[in-house]
Amino acid sequence: MNPTLLKIVVILVILLVVLNVSALLIWLERRLLALWQDRYGPNRVGPFGLLQVVADMIKIFFKEDWIPPFADKWVFVFAPAIIMITVLLTFAVIPFTPLFQITETNIALLFFLGMSSLGVYSIVLAAWASNNKYSLLGGMRAASQMLSYEVFMGLSMMGTVMLAGSFSLRRIVEAQQHIWFVIPQFLGFVLFLIAGIAETRRLPFDLPEAESELVAGFHSEYSGMKFGMFFVGEYLGVVLISALISVLFFGGWLGPVLPPVVWIVLKTLFFICFFILLRAAMPRPRFDQLMSWGWKWLLPLSLANLAITGAVVLARGR
Amino acid sequence: MWSIIRSLWLVLLHMFWPRFTVQYPDQKPYLAPRYRGRIILSRDPDGEERCVACYLCAVACPVDCISLQATEDPHGRRYPEWFRINFSRCIFCGLCEEACPTYAIQLTPDIELGEYNRQNLVYEKENLLIGGTGKYPGYNFWRVAGVQIEDKDKGQSEREAPPADLRTLLP
Ligand code: SF4
Ligand code: SF4
Repeated sequence: MNPTLLKIVVILVILLVVLNVSALLIWLERRLLALWQDRYGPNRVGPFGLLQVVADMIKIFFKEDWIPPFADKWVFVFAPAIIMITVLLTFAVIPFTPLFQITETNIALLFFLGMSSLGVYSIVLAAWASNNKYSLLGGMRAASQMLSYEVFMGLSMMGTVMLAGSFSLRRIVEAQQHIWFVIPQFLGFVLFLIAGIAETRRLPFDLPEAESELVAGFHSEYSGMKFGMFFVGEYLGVVLISALISVLFFGGWLGPVLPPVVWIVLKTLFFICFFILLRAAMPRPRFDQLMSWGWKWLLPLSLANLAITGAVVLARGR
Repeated sequence: MWSIIRSLWLVLLHMFWPRFTVQYPDQKPYLAPRYRGRIILSRDPDGEERCVACYLCAVACPVDCISLQATEDPHGRRYPEWFRINFSRCIFCGLCEEACPTYAIQLTPDIELGEYNRQNLVYEKENLLIGGTGKYPGYNFWRVAGVQIEDKDKGQSEREAPPADLRTLLP
């Protein structure tokens, strides 16, 4: 087949799969949370309640799409699009299987970091444009939380980069033929996981949203499909971080017997479920606790991890 | 740190616990006989309306959702000409039942009051009145109250002494 055509097919398939999976995650999350809280969750619409997502979508489309008169109209409309754009763009560099990757670049990880930093704008702009004090508080928290957690998110990945000797995600996966990086880089894995949760603003790090204190945080004023975009954007983020964790630390598509695509799906699904379990079990910390953990513990730990990995790699004389 | 991992593990174990949900439309919940649900107006054992249109329920109602109009029948018995409860406002507090001197108004264990049209939640007397006595089978207000009606004079109620003849008490 024509390589351009092939690329377009791959892009469409990944786009469709990723969007549908993150919509389905809404259902999965509600069912799993219910399971862990001894309830049933949505089980009425369709088999196992699977069509609940469709029902929700229909409902959300018929909601009044309201822009508050005091809001900054253009920014208000544009902000939810940013989060979708940045997260979806990041999927371009994730190698799902050796064939299934939209673009292979040698700066894939840097691209991911850049895009996730851009994602903060979505929230800060949404909060600022809403012109509402709760939104503003949420946006402020989001900005400081994501800036401080992004710092060691980058650092925690550098261990893997050193071991693989490349920023390219495909090279990183191929370097895990013999041993998954989670074993030599366990500290890096834990740090990346924590930073990833903070990055997607999931519980226990959902302080920008914090519905028990800030109404709904940065998206208090959003309704209809614009709210839906923040919602799906969050789930897209969860899929992205789970896929990245499995690529960086759990050998991506590598695995015995089963075909590569099954392995990456299984690993990603495992981490998605772990994200949901975290939400079922964890309380939300205070904001100052969150910041002091970030700067006083996690940042020094990731620096130490970086230094030790560097020393070991040097000593082994590569 | 340890406590976080422990609570994650404990929550994970809840996967194997039984679920407490009552699957409502398929599986009806148990409602106690004195549950406060849909309101009815009951009749006395003779099959007559119990309500004497005293307005006490309407006064007691905290959301003012009862309205009625009193009138009197040829036997001298008061009864409501019309009686209306707006269930879209009722909070099922049961204060009307407590206020009622004749056990006429009663709450029942029926909670399925869903309607598509709000106006359908306004119940008139013919929707409220039931054929039986409800929760207090033997009670008959007109037979125990010392009020005169056509077929019963003063002093003829159950356990009521005849009225004293004032003239015999004169010195
Ligand atoms: S139950 Fe309470 S709210 Fe309802 S009619 Fe009686 S007094 Fe009014
Ligand atoms: S229902 Fe009871 S309280 Fe209400 S008017 Fe009739 S007798 Fe009085």
